[in-house]
Amino acid sequence: MQNEVMFAGFGGQGILLIGKLLAHAAMEEGYEVAWIPSYGPEMRGGTAYCTVVIGDQPIGSPIIKNPSHLVAMNRPSLEKFAPVIKPGGVVLINLSLIPVDSGRSDLDELKVPTQDIAASVGNGKAANIVALAAFVARSKLVSIDSLKHCIEVEFAAKPKLIPLNIKAMEEGVKAAL
Amino acid sequence: MPKVLMKGNEAIAEAAIRAGCLNYFAYPITPQSEVAEYLCWRLPEVNGVFLQGESEVAVAYMIFGAAGAGVRVFTTSSSPGISLMSEGISYLCGAELPAVFVNIMRGGPGLGGILPSQADYLQATKGIGHGDCRLLVMAPASVQEAAEMVMQAFPLAEKYRNPVMILGDGLIGQMMEPVEFPDHLRSEPSNKDGWASSGMDHRKSKTRNLVRSLFLDPEQLNRHNMDLRAKYERMKAEEVQYENFNTEGDYQALIVSYGTMSRVCKTAVNMLKEQGIEVGLIRPRTLFPFPEAAIGEAAAKVSCRAVLSVEMSMGQMVEDVERSVRGARPVQWYGKCGGEVPTPEEIIEVVKTTLASDLSRR
Repeated sequence: MQNEVMFAGFGGQGILLIGKLLAHAAMEEGYEVAWIPSYGPEMRGGTAYCTVVIGDQPIGSPIIKNPSHLVAMNRPSLEKFAPVIKPGGVVLINLSLIPVDSGRSDLDELKVPTQDIAASVGNGKAANIVALAAFVARSKLVSIDSLKHCIEVEFAAKPKLIPLNIKAMEEGVKAAL
Repeated sequence: MPKVLMKGNEAIAEAAIRAGCLNYFAYPITPQSEVAEYLCWRLPEVNGVFLQGESEVAVAYMIFGAAGAGVRVFTTSSSPGISLMSEGISYLCGAELPAVFVNIMRGGPGLGGILPSQADYLQATKGIGHGDCRLLVMAPASVQEAAEMVMQAFPLAEKYRNPVMILGDGLIGQMMEPVEFPDHLRSEPSNKDGWASSGMDHRKSKTRNLVRSLFLDPEQLNRHNMDLRAKYERMKAEEVQYENFNTEGDYQALIVSYGTMSRVCKTAVNMLKEQGIEVGLIRPRTLFPFPEAAIGEAAAKVSCRAVLSVEMSMGQMVEDVERSVRGARPVQWYGKCGGEVPTPEEIIEVVKTTLASDLSRR
């Protein structure tokens, strides 16, 4: 069994970070994982995406043409990647920035106003954590407990940010219900 | 030590420290700059030396100096940077100095691009520098393997008193995967008194060690080259590493592929199996020495009708595969270069086309 998740958005939205958090949580749960960034000539405000592969067998090709799931943080990402997602996958749409839907009836579409939720808990920049938590709650690829642990580890050097991000995580989980 | 999630570049950096190498000289270049980024804070923690050279040419000779003094030393770079170092690498081979070079390849020629490529195969295995010099070349296919190969490379460089190269592509450098390191730092085990110019203070012998690659006497230079040749032959006999995948039973075709490309090929092999088509795969872990015998044997299996060399270059490995197969089977090439990584679907298509055209010839 293998799942591939594509995270996509603008540079600066924390796309690569939430991919890493998911990969870390899956590793902690004993899965084989790979985190593959897009590392072309990128810049702040440009596109940023990464793929996280989670499997129970050693991971073969790290290049994934048709991922199982998509977390789209801006409109160009949704328009570019929604058509290639495997049927039955979860597509998280950042409702704060994307006024359209995926146009696919065979996907589990989850619309979350990530930025508004993040702002309501104290900082709009935590929109990425809201999105990740909502995605994890819906897709159940890892447990919320593992995710929480990995957020604490990730922000260990900046402990002031932990409560904010945990709150953002909790609100993200609620948004997926 | 528990598993940690790390970029290949960071794992390479940490692995060198775990191998007891505390000296790193480099000049930054994408897609391997994270090695320097990591070591510039990590090496001071372990009382190591991090120094950025003014160019790759300078770095190669900083390596020469440190290696000549008998300390473990390494550098990392990417394709054009390695080209600049190649003169120094030849000098290291000539002076018989151990060092480790990591090349996280980018597309070429010239400045090319920064995405994954395997276009430095011939440079690494056959044309790394002027004169009759060779490198032992290892090609990792995962972050864990990159770390392990770096840790193997230092003792191998010392065993042969010759530079060793780790040849990776941009994905190996940029991808994050779980990696496990040994708990303890390894120290430098070998006694270098016999050749290193480390001063007379602690040496038992009264003779001076001279580190050089200049031999003006033709007879002496010929003897030197014969000695180097014997060393490269010994590498061929003792250091070949490869992995067999799906080669136990019968298969219609054999793929030879290394590094990131071999992982894509493994996925293709598994998908083909589901469609009832068996394909074997041999993944060279060392590119020099090349697993000639293993490939020759695998290609000679009665059921095998064709051999494919799949690489992210314009067919640079084909000549080595052909040499290994010795005309027993047709050898085809498939690949892409410049940053596009062939997908499993493309490889499946190529395997099917190759098998169909082979049938129509019969």
